[in-house]
Order: sequence, then structure tokens, then C-alpha cells
Amino acid sequence: MHPTHFMQRPVPEVLSWALTRFTRLITGAQARWLGCAPVPVQRIYFGNHNSHADFALIWASLPTPLRRMTRPVAGADYWNASPLRRYIIHEVLHGVVIERSREGSTVEPVDIMAAALERGDSLILFPEGTRNTTDEQLLPIKSGIYHLAQKSPQIDLVPVWMENLGRLLPKGEIVPVPLLCSISFGTPLRLQPGEDKETFLGRVREALLATMREARPAES
Amino acid sequence: MTHFQGTLLITAGVFLLLAGVTALGTWLKLVRAEGRPHPLIDNINQRIQAWWAMTLTIGLALVAGRIGVVVLFAFVSFTALREFLTIAPTRRGDHQALVMAFFVALPFQYFLVGVEWLGFQEVFIPVYAFLFLPILSAVKSDTRNFMECSGTIQWGLMVTVFCISHIPALLSLRIPGYEQRNVFLIVFLVLIVQSGDILHHVYSRLFGKHQIAPQVSPNKTIEGFIGGIAASVTLGALLSWMTPFTIIEAAWVSLATSLMGFFGGLVLSAMKRDRGVKDWGTNIEGGGMLDRVASVCFAAPVFFHLVRHWWSV
Repeated sequence: MHPTHFMQRPVPEVLSWALTRFTRLITGAQARWLGCAPVPVQRIYFGNHNSHADFALIWASLPTPLRRMTRPVAGADYWNASPLRRYIIHEVLHGVVIERSREGSTVEPVDIMAAALERGDSLILFPEGTRNTTDEQLLPIKSGIYHLAQKSPQIDLVPVWMENLGRLLPKGEIVPVPLLCSISFGTPLRLQPGEDKETFLGRVREALLATMREARPAES
Repeated sequence: MTHFQGTLLITAGVFLLLAGVTALGTWLKLVRAEGRPHPLIDNINQRIQAWWAMTLTIGLALVAGRIGVVVLFAFVSFTALREFLTIAPTRRGDHQALVMAFFVALPFQYFLVGVEWLGFQEVFIPVYAFLFLPILSAVKSDTRNFMECSGTIQWGLMVTVFCISHIPALLSLRIPGYEQRNVFLIVFLVLIVQSGDILHHVYSRLFGKHQIAPQVSPNKTIEGFIGGIAASVTLGALLSWMTPFTIIEAAWVSLATSLMGFFGGLVLSAMKRDRGVKDWGTNIEGGGMLDRVASVCFAAPVFFHLVRHWWSV
């Protein structure tokens, strides 16, 4: 866990606070804890991925004690591309940076994530692997989350469904529009003993869609 | 009546009225509903809560003066536009048009109201936003649903920004013999439309039999319509002392205003039905900002033009 005392690291702390406030303001999103409570226990939060803002929204929606122990998993190709991005992902967000393409990397991404879990950190990750720009609700779930769950079957995986972020800040755009977004935390799941990959990935997908259905208001 | 006396009378009147309806609402909840959930009574109590918030905010803005009023309604427009475009569909290619709508068209419209540039205020969104926003979407070369989405953005801007900006624009009118008292026009407009809204609701629930457009809004009935409009016209005539109108004129202006208000509510309900939602947002008790201001959106430009044409110089 990261010791984040304001006096030790004033600049990242102020940036972190500003990013949290800005994200909450521009999305207007109130976190809804539908399937679990916002308690500071170790978890893996996995969300649907439409926009860079997803990152910021999950992170900003966690109450401070939870946020302090939670690290977003981020792609090295994007986040290491410029000094500013590197600063933000490492110093402000405490991201776990992984190589998305296997070429040229000697360490398995899953091992890096598992190492973070062993230190007691929670993780934010997007099991679709990349941002969804299609009209489908979800892209196929990549197998990474299964391998991670195999290494840490005792940790709850919490589905997170976000709406409208793809419209707030579409891929390739810089200025966000202040459309109202929503974020809901669903019922946690774990890898069952002997569960095979396909079954588990199916359950991951279904957990996200179930959170979506629960979050959408029924028409009266 | 001096400006000071008028202000005092209106403030006292509005607060007494609110205190009265709050007491009535509480009595209904405790005695009639015996504290149990009750759709009509709960809805009325939610509206009363929203009125308190609305009255206090408008009151503070009026105290802050012209700038306060313009900023307040810019904020109302922003919230309503946000709710509208959250629910209305747009495409990826419309992103820059949306950015311009929020961060250029909206502030610039209120800037025009603030500097009292009436001529440009009346054409900026209907002409210039109308021409330039689709250009931004077209250069993205995404033709799927182009017409619907361009129409949607323009419609949203017209209702939530152009129409609402006519409320603070009332302060810009120069009415002989009515100097320094234009804020009362805002109070008058809001009171007429809101009272029409609530009395329509009450009459519909109590006596409503004949629905006007059952597919759009099952709560809107001919009985409620007549009751609501009659109440607005009566209230308008009674409040003519705070306006530049005679009693008869006040009744006619109230009639036109409350008719527009009623149909504004109907049109925005049709939009909600189309999108399959019950409320525009969740920021205010009993729905969003747009649920509360739907009727005043439609009423404000008509009220503004009537006053401008017949009473201002």
C-alpha cells in the first residue's frame, strides 16, 4: 500500500484531489453500490470500457480510504508515451502499467497484476482489453481476468457498469462534454474451484450485464 | 406603490403562500394519507420542496441583481441542456457540435442577454447555431442518422437555452412607467406557469375523466386543463398590480402564457415517452430540472414577445 501523506507528496495529492473533483463534477455521477458496500477490503474492480474517462470515474467514485488502496491497470503503450502521462499514471494514479502486446516484454502482465495484489492493493481493470467503440454493449472478454483470478481466487471481483462515458469523451477526443453519467457497483464474484475459462469469462460478462440491468431505471 | 413596498409585498406573499401550501401538504400527508405513501400527495409535497429551493434561489439571484439573474438562468439552462442531451441520442461524430453547444452557444447566448443585445439574442441560436453546428458534424463524415441527431442538438439548444434565456431577458425591456420593476415580470411569469402546472395536476387527479393525449401523458386531462388555465388567469388578474398590465390585460397575457406552459409540458412528456424514461434527471426531488422548467420553457418566449411588442419601447 502506498503511504500517501499530504506533506510528503503535496503535488500528486493536490492533482489527485483535483482530478477526483473534476471527474465528479463533469460526469454528475453518483456511485451506486448495488451489490456490495464501499468498504476498504481488497478487491478487483472490473468495468466496461468506452472511454479514457472510465478510468477516472471508477477511481473518483471510490471513497478516499478505498481509493488510497486501489490502483488502475493501464496500458504501457498509451501511458508511457509522454512525460506528462507517465507522471499522472505513476505519481497521481499509482497505476499498474502493463504491456498490452506480448512482443518485446519478458514479464507476463498477469504476474505484474498478481504482484500488486500480493502487496494488498486493489485493482481497477477493464477485461475487454481495449475501449469499446462499437454499438455492442460489450466486446469479448479477454482471458487475462481468468488468469488473474486463478492466482488470487480469494479476492472478490466487483463488476462496475458505467453509462454514457463513451459519449462524454469518445476515443480520440480531448474536450469532454458534460453529459450525465452513471456508475454502479454490482454483486462480486469469485473463481469457483475447478471452473473452466469459458464458464468463468461467461460469468464475468453476465455480471457486467446484470449490473447494467439493475442500474437502468425500469419505466413505470 | 413604490418599488420597496412592492418587493416587500411580493416577498411576504410568496413566503406566506409557500408556508401555507407546506402546512397543507404536511396535513394531507399526516391526516389524509396517515403517513403512508400516496402518489398524488407525495408528488405535491415533492413539488413544494422544489418550490422552496426555487424561491430561495430566485430570491437570492434577485438580491444579487441583474448579473445574479443572468447567471442563475444560465445555470438552469446548463442543467436542463445536460439532462436533455443525456437522454436524447447523438452520435460519435456529433461530439464537437456538443462541445460547441455547451461551451460556446450557451455562454454566448447569456452573454448577449447580459449585455442586452436584444437583436442578436433573438437570432444567434435560431440562425447561427442552426447553421454552424451541423457543419461540425458533417465534416466528421458520419452520415448515419445525421438528420435526427442534428435536429436533436438544435432542438435541445432551442428549448433549454434560447427559450429559458427569455426569462432573464425580461430585465432588458424598457417599459415606460415601470422602470426598476422588471424583476416582477419574472416573478409574475414563474408564478403563473407554476400555479397552472400544479392546479392542472390537482384538478386532473380529483376530477379528471377525459384524457387529452393518453399515449403521451395519462395525467393530462381536459378537466385539469380547464382548471389549471382558469386558476392561472384568475391569479394573473389578481397579480396585475405587480405588472405593467391592467387587470383585463393581465388576464389575457396569463391565458396565453399558461396555454403555452401547458403545451410545453405536453411536448416534453412526448419526448420522454419517445426515449422511454419517466423523468429527465435525478437532481431535484420528483424529477430533473427539465421536468420542473418544461412549461416555463415554452411560455417564456411568448410572454417576452407579448410584453416587448405591446408594452416596451
